[in-house]
Amino acid sequence: MAMLSVRDLTVRFDTHHGNVRAVDGVSFELEEGETLGLVGESGSGKSVTNLAMMGLIPQPPGVIEKGEVLYNGRDLLKLAPRELQALRGNEISMIFQDPMTSLNPLLTIGQQLREVLEIHKGQKRREASKHCAEALGDVGIPAPESRLEQYPHELSGGMRQRVMIAMALLCDPRVLIADEPTTALDVTIQAQILELMKDLQKRRGTAIILITHDLGVVAGMSDRVHVMYAGKLVETGGVSDLFRAPAHPYTAGLLGSVPRLNSDTSESLLSIPGAPPDLADLPPGCAFQPRCTISTEACMHTEPPLETVLDSNSKSARFVACPSSMRRDPAFGGKS
Amino acid sequence: MSSAPLLDVRDLHKHFPVGEKGLFGAHKQLLKAVNGVSFSLERGQCLGLVGESGCGKSTVARAVVGLHPATSGSIRFDGNELVGLSTRGWLPYRRKIQMIFQDPYASLDPRQTVSSILTEPSKIHGLSKPRERKLHAMQLLEAVGLNPRHINRYPHEFSGGQRQRIGIARALALEPELLICDEPVSALDVSIQAQIINLMGELKERFNLSYLFIAHDLAVVRHICDSVAVMYLGRVVEQASRDEIFNDPRHPYTKSLLSAVPVPDPELERARERIVLEGDVPSPLDPPPGCSFAPRCPWRHEVPDDRCNREIPELVERDGRKRSCFLPLAH
Repeated sequence: MAMLSVRDLTVRFDTHHGNVRAVDGVSFELEEGETLGLVGESGSGKSVTNLAMMGLIPQPPGVIEKGEVLYNGRDLLKLAPRELQALRGNEISMIFQDPMTSLNPLLTIGQQLREVLEIHKGQKRREASKHCAEALGDVGIPAPESRLEQYPHELSGGMRQRVMIAMALLCDPRVLIADEPTTALDVTIQAQILELMKDLQKRRGTAIILITHDLGVVAGMSDRVHVMYAGKLVETGGVSDLFRAPAHPYTAGLLGSVPRLNSDTSESLLSIPGAPPDLADLPPGCAFQPRCTISTEACMHTEPPLETVLDSNSKSARFVACPSSMRRDPAFGGKS
Repeated sequence: MSSAPLLDVRDLHKHFPVGEKGLFGAHKQLLKAVNGVSFSLERGQCLGLVGESGCGKSTVARAVVGLHPATSGSIRFDGNELVGLSTRGWLPYRRKIQMIFQDPYASLDPRQTVSSILTEPSKIHGLSKPRERKLHAMQLLEAVGLNPRHINRYPHEFSGGQRQRIGIARALALEPELLICDEPVSALDVSIQAQIINLMGELKERFNLSYLFIAHDLAVVRHICDSVAVMYLGRVVEQASRDEIFNDPRHPYTKSLLSAVPVPDPELERARERIVLEGDVPSPLDPPPGCSFAPRCPWRHEVPDDRCNREIPELVERDGRKRSCFLPLAH
């Protein structure tokens, strides 16, 4: 059985511009020890999905319309705030994108780290300090004992992100949600942080949900990939199948838009025409249809459901929300 | 065609005084953001200036357009010295050198219509007749792929990608020769990024432009640039043609940087060897005494006598490419 399963999650925000469904009927499962990549452009709903799972959507303006998030047979969406708090940062923890703003500037690194252990494990100061220093050492921070006395502004961006990771891992979580964990960092630091996450996962068997817009990061880290567009999952599959032969035209467009270090530079990049839709004013039918090159009359009326991809070369189950893609050979995209 | 490069930067320094003033009014510390940068850009070419945050690449850009006066060094545009020019002396070059900024939200005045944004430059420079200006603005919008009928709208009515197009149209309004592009696509979503990169490629041919293209995304730079200068902590550590840099990097930092870029291909990404550097970029307030990359360089021990930690390597030209490193070339 899956460790964590999300079923039909739907989150709405009531704004001045109208009611916006940021997440619309998203379902997925997370297995022990795997990394699930969640990709999509800004506004596609990937962060909201995870904030909703953790009970971190401010209500109002947010409304969880329906869905369930099952973890250990319990629905996280129905837990009392106190019960959820006992899980958060303990069995399920998060790393946020911006290491500059996710640490409290008024507290030392030690105070912020110790708090986690004091709350969840009931440890005393001395014992907690020892564990915190070990955790900082684990994420490759030199001289961890003296870092505990420092304030966030005394550390560089890469160091702060490591502190965030150390904090997220303090209680040996079973699930780690990493929301753009390296987006704010330079590539050489990003490489360090990603190595670190892989290493920790190998040692502790943590399941990771990796939210990112960087397809290179997904390619290196994930076992499976879920692609979101306008609040919905549009394609899911094993990482190599999906990169080799993207089935949804949006996935194909996304992969084609990325310049690579080995692509032919004399050709223009494939780009997706237009811009992501306004969630308050979605087109009828398939949300991607106005930008799609293979859309048909039917796409303008019916919302396509997620269906199994018929690809004989696939190693794992694949789903796509595009009936038009079914008629083609799914190996059309990939590396031609 | 003249043989002089369009832009020739020699030993450029830009130092910022920081911290509290001391007893006699002098600042206690000097942040050497740009510390002896040299490069040149030929007419019609695109030079990529790459490096990580804090390496000084944006400061170089700002010095070239005169937003930060250089501390010392020389910036020659078409053979004319720009360093030390008066405000009035700058005016003709402001027209020829224009800039595209990173943030399409912050770089357009929210209270100006697109029409006003696009006609203001020629108004200031007294270029065309008032009647012609609006027509010209509409032509510019068309050139960057926007609907000319939207000319009376305000920036907030456009998406991020569309705003970046307006920023590009504004830069083109004065028919410049050189565009300084400071991270022009890094704030945009992937699918929009590709549109803007393609547009910049088209415009370069159509209007005979040269680009100084500043970016941290190496794949983007490889796609659009003809040559590349790699910066680290205020200095250029390697400059060569695009293919030389990407196929045969010779500075340890360039090698590490290239190896750190994740490749969007699962098999390749998992199979390749990666150089994972230790530590962080040193503070420019307290740079290491020798080569600024030495503390993180995986090969520093291969140079005898700890030379990397004691001596600053010069940018030396060899086989038409430049590099600043003590390691033997065959490395």
